[in-house]
Amino acid sequence: MSLEFTQHTVPTVPIEAETLSVSSLDGLTAAAAAKLTVVHGNRAAEVGDFFDVAGAPDGEVHISGDLSRVKHVGADMSSGRLVVHGPAGMHLGTRMTGGEIVVEGDASDWVGSEMAGGRIIIRGNAGHLVGSAMRGERVGMRGGEILVFGSAGNEVGAGMRRGLVAVGGDIGDFTGVNMLAGTLVVLGRMGARAGAGMRRGTIVAMHPAELLPTFTYAATYRPVFLRLYLAHLRALGLPISDAHMAGPYRRWCGDAIELNRGEVLLLDTAAGPST
Amino acid sequence: MGSLLRIVNGRVYDPANGIDGEVRDVCIRDGRIVADVPPEARRIDARGMVVMPGGIDIHCHIAGTKVNLARKVQPEDHRHDVHLRTRFTRSGTGGSVPSTFATGYRYAALGYTTAMEAAVTPLGARSTLEELNDTPVLDKGFFVLMGNNVLLFKLLQEGRMEEFRHVLAWWLSVTRAYAPKLVNPGGDEAWKGHRNANITELDARIEPFDLTPRQVIAAFIEAANALGLPHPVHIHCNNLGHSGNFETTLETMRIAEGRRAHITHIQFHSYGSVAGKSRDNPTSRARDIAEFVNTHPNISADVGAVMFGRSTSMTADAPLAYMLRRFGGHKWVNADTEMESGCGIVPFTYQDRIYTNALQWAIGLELFLRSEDPWRMVFSTDHPNGGTFMTYPALIRLLMDKEYRKEQMAHVNQDALDHSGLRECMDREYSLYEIAIITRAGPARLLGLANKGHLGVGADADVTVYEDAADKEAMFAAPRYLVKDGNLVIEDHEFRVDHVGRLLHVEPEFDSSIAQVIEPFFEDYYSIRFANYPVHERYLHQHELVPMARP
Repeated sequence: MSLEFTQHTVPTVPIEAETLSVSSLDGLTAAAAAKLTVVHGNRAAEVGDFFDVAGAPDGEVHISGDLSRVKHVGADMSSGRLVVHGPAGMHLGTRMTGGEIVVEGDASDWVGSEMAGGRIIIRGNAGHLVGSAMRGERVGMRGGEILVFGSAGNEVGAGMRRGLVAVGGDIGDFTGVNMLAGTLVVLGRMGARAGAGMRRGTIVAMHPAELLPTFTYAATYRPVFLRLYLAHLRALGLPISDAHMAGPYRRWCGDAIELNRGEVLLLDTAAGPST
Repeated sequence: MGSLLRIVNGRVYDPANGIDGEVRDVCIRDGRIVADVPPEARRIDARGMVVMPGGIDIHCHIAGTKVNLARKVQPEDHRHDVHLRTRFTRSGTGGSVPSTFATGYRYAALGYTTAMEAAVTPLGARSTLEELNDTPVLDKGFFVLMGNNVLLFKLLQEGRMEEFRHVLAWWLSVTRAYAPKLVNPGGDEAWKGHRNANITELDARIEPFDLTPRQVIAAFIEAANALGLPHPVHIHCNNLGHSGNFETTLETMRIAEGRRAHITHIQFHSYGSVAGKSRDNPTSRARDIAEFVNTHPNISADVGAVMFGRSTSMTADAPLAYMLRRFGGHKWVNADTEMESGCGIVPFTYQDRIYTNALQWAIGLELFLRSEDPWRMVFSTDHPNGGTFMTYPALIRLLMDKEYRKEQMAHVNQDALDHSGLRECMDREYSLYEIAIITRAGPARLLGLANKGHLGVGADADVTVYEDAADKEAMFAAPRYLVKDGNLVIEDHEFRVDHVGRLLHVEPEFDSSIAQVIEPFFEDYYSIRFANYPVHERYLHQHELVPMARP
């Protein structure tokens, strides 16, 4: 039986709850988990002040309630499975290195910032800066996968160096800004300035997008690797169509103010079905 | 006012009074060192401990507009190094450029009680004073940037030397500064005028003026000595960091011709040159520089040693920062303060495997080890440029412990060591007495602070008590007691009270009619009205006016 947290009090100011991660709950009884410290505003509080805890640890944790003011859930997680039933707060799964987090609802900003491994699945929408570097840092996400079934905000994948971010809906501005490497897939529409400052890496989008003047058109082709990626995402439940699989894609190189080794692949919707 | 204190049984190192490890009492009353205190005075047993005056940093960057730019540009440093509040002290952030509160407490926690902010634009004086007032425990002052000042350049090129001196005195007084600072004199003008241009020769023309760096340096040395400033001119030479710059440094020191001048972070100015693949590589010319300083008693220097790890290059030397940005490889700031100065910030990491970094490390040590007069070659890392002040204990250990030094040398780029003279001076080990000179008595004397850096009767009661240990790094990293102005600020390694130190400043005399020369220039060129420019007294907070060296 898994460890179950059910919210009985919605915090009036945000709580910081790094302790609500499978790794730090490992081996704890429900009573001990309720005693763990969280920071409520500028005061120390206990998990039990906000949640009823039941069950026993078996590597799986369920948290139910409105967690939009509960930050850092699943931070530094290295194994196990954590499911949030309801909206999740900022910094979900930040610096996570392994395991899986599923949010059955929306998530706030900074999902998986600087994560290095594991998988985060958001069934609803995500906020800004998914998989990004923290302010001032150069390197964002270093590995792992983040799937957002809904839409996402600005600066998704900022500074990312490895890993995969996929967004099923629309996405805001500055997608993949200062990206060092890694792959970003957007099924909906992209906002302005995608790939600004990117050095390497791939941004894939399924709708036409206006790119910066520092990006140059290279070719229209059907990249083989992309089919592998898209098949993987389809298996995870994202609505990848046959047209997405077939392509072709228009390849743009950039950002020329940096290394110019990045690419933006835009599905060529004008092209006919593949032959 | 502080309580009555008697520190007993400690080994006292007070070089200014010739006391070398003698076990004797130090008595404190009303914030001063006194000859004796009544028996009811609180006794601190310092058996097995070392008693020194509070540490004095002659050159660091801890307040002002460029320090704030450096803080802003590195939020990641703050996230990783949170300075928690205690019952007595306030919270802050650390990293290579700590917040004001953390700066004061962290200096104090190393046994320091005085620090000089080394580069403030006159226009930045107000905010600097507010920040310094928020920098606890320490007494502090600042050096005001004058070496790229357009009005002073204009007066100089017209040969109006008398007015030049009055304007300099006016500027020091109205900004509440401690000393004039020259940074790469003439270099900012070139950088502002042409992209990435600098000035490389002391006799080159400072466009668009009919003036050379040599004339600027000579004029400042002349004027600062004539005014009788307690610290007559603090010089960051031209060509900082460039291969072969030792000749510029020697030439700059020769300009003084027997008059007092202080060359700062001289390690960065002690480079020879050897042909490399794409450009000339630096080598060590520390021997030539040390020999010149050794034989010229009018010249003093602080080393500006490099220590490996995170640092932040921050300087008024705008062309230098523009050059360094390629080595930082990440983010950088260049800025310009209208008629007064330039500025640049580059977050930087010194790595022991990199030739140039290891060479700089070796040259810093070499300068210390070749110095024959510790009173004139004093301690600094140019915090946070060569390394942060948190590296001071490790640097002290490198100087005091040759076995440790040897171990560290084994880890660094050996090619760099081959191009330094460090292996030639491996026998020297600094004594506690000499450490007390380069970190306390020497800086106090060079700054002209008669009440600091010693434990004689009448001195400020700024006292550090360290627990003697074989590991000098551990010893100097955590004093057992720190007394500031007679208050026991740190006891048993912990803060027991908060304390606000004083601003140290000077007010050299000037002819008040000099305003007629300055005002028209202000109204033509400045973004601020002349009447609003002088810094009002209320910005001084707790302060001490330091008298001129001569009437």
